Amino acid sequence: MVTATRVVVDRETCVGSGNCVFAEPRVFDQDEVDGRVVLRADTPSALTAKAVAGCPVRAITLVDAAQALGHA
Amino acid sequence: MTDLIDSREPTAAVQFPMTRTCPMHMPPQYAELRDEQPVAEATMRMTGARALLLTRHADVKKVLNDKAMSSDAKRPGYLHQIPIPEEIIQFIKFPFVAMDAPEHTARRRLVIPEFTAKRVQALRPRMQEIVDERIDAILAMDGPVDLVRELAAPVPSLFFCELLGADPADIDTFRRFAEVTTNRDAGPEETNAVFAEMETFFGGLIRQKAADPGDDLLSRLVARNEESEEKLDHDDLVAIARTLIIAAFDATTKMISLGALTLLEHPEAVDEILRDPSSTGKAVDELLRYLSVLDGSVRVPTEDVELSGVRIPAGQGVVALNGAANWDPEVFPEPEKFDIHRDASEHLAFGSGAHQCLGANLARVQLEIIYSTLFTRIPTLKLAVPVDDLPFTEGGHVHGPYEVPVTW
Repeated sequence: MVTATRVVVDRETCVGSGNCVFAEPRVFDQDEVDGRVVLRADTPSALTAKAVAGCPVRAITLVDAAQALGHA
Repeated sequence: MTDLIDSREPTAAVQFPMTRTCPMHMPPQYAELRDEQPVAEATMRMTGARALLLTRHADVKKVLNDKAMSSDAKRPGYLHQIPIPEEIIQFIKFPFVAMDAPEHTARRRLVIPEFTAKRVQALRPRMQEIVDERIDAILAMDGPVDLVRELAAPVPSLFFCELLGADPADIDTFRRFAEVTTNRDAGPEETNAVFAEMETFFGGLIRQKAADPGDDLLSRLVARNEESEEKLDHDDLVAIARTLIIAAFDATTKMISLGALTLLEHPEAVDEILRDPSSTGKAVDELLRYLSVLDGSVRVPTEDVELSGVRIPAGQGVVALNGAANWDPEVFPEPEKFDIHRDASEHLAFGSGAHQCLGANLARVQLEIIYSTLFTRIPTLKLAVPVDDLPFTEGGHVHGPYEVPVTW
């Protein structure tokens, strides 16, 4: 089975620091109303690791696609 | 695992806060403690309360990210900076930085939309204008000029006044609020009087924004709260306004000043920033790490925890030293070296976890614009007096110089 890595965010944990958007604006955005993270794409890029490391509450994880479906 | 209570001398030789012997370095005791006593007994200088100081990056980060570590200033065992009678503590409306979830979460979420990455980027042009105006003003003067008075204080003050929707004529009042409330040497009477004054001032401002909303942060905050399901009361909004002003005025001014001074002492770093402006962001992170102007995050464990092999009982307040963490050689080799090429991104100058500084990205952008503009426009900038002659805040919650006289 071919597995691909997906980006998963936990909006309940998110504190809206915006660090992920500064690190990788192509993958991450912030909701206009509540400032919390929204995904623009769920495929990680080279800069996504920087966003994962920079999240102050570890609300971003990289999982394989099969796991990501489990989250949904 | 050792039991701290039984194994250590009852008298603590260490006091917090400690004084820096070099204004741009952490207190030398931090390194000793980190090596010998990473969970150290100490006494809070102003209250005499018993505290445990944490000096390792791993421990500080763990504590700031641990939901079992409370930030609630009303919780028994919380380490206040100044003596406050217990009956007063229960009445004070603390800012949300001193609350736990879910109260903290509700308040923080009300403010988050004002500091999103997009908003911060949108604020760049106005920030640049304000900085340029101040540098025009400096260049029109005969040196020496005090960079604190002419740049580091007025830039964040004016910018934040505009952002909040406050009258720039009140800037001096805000600055006094910020200076008194963040000065650990201010007596309780003076501090309490300023708190009362702030309640009145911000109370009036919030009412004014509710009655006559403008296109500003406080007006949007009031409107957002009206639409919210868990509506906060007037005093909550006042506490939020107070927090924003104090953070913006005091910490930002001191960081700008001390950062400028550090760059003046490291001309090779300035040359690099001028040669490669894209390195400014890294330089700013290194300045934040190296200087750690705001040091000491108070937490109270709600259950027994173990850090560096030491058991800390529930209820024993700890001070997680952000500055000590930022100088931990395990994470930052040769921490005493100011090096804009190092990866400083793991620094904890803005904290970490749910309470991480809301304005962190705004502060970064502000620092980038200020330093790149200052040294591009005045490349011959230099200190007008020896660095040893400069006056610095002592024992304050936020560290920085009172003045930085320069010529060019």
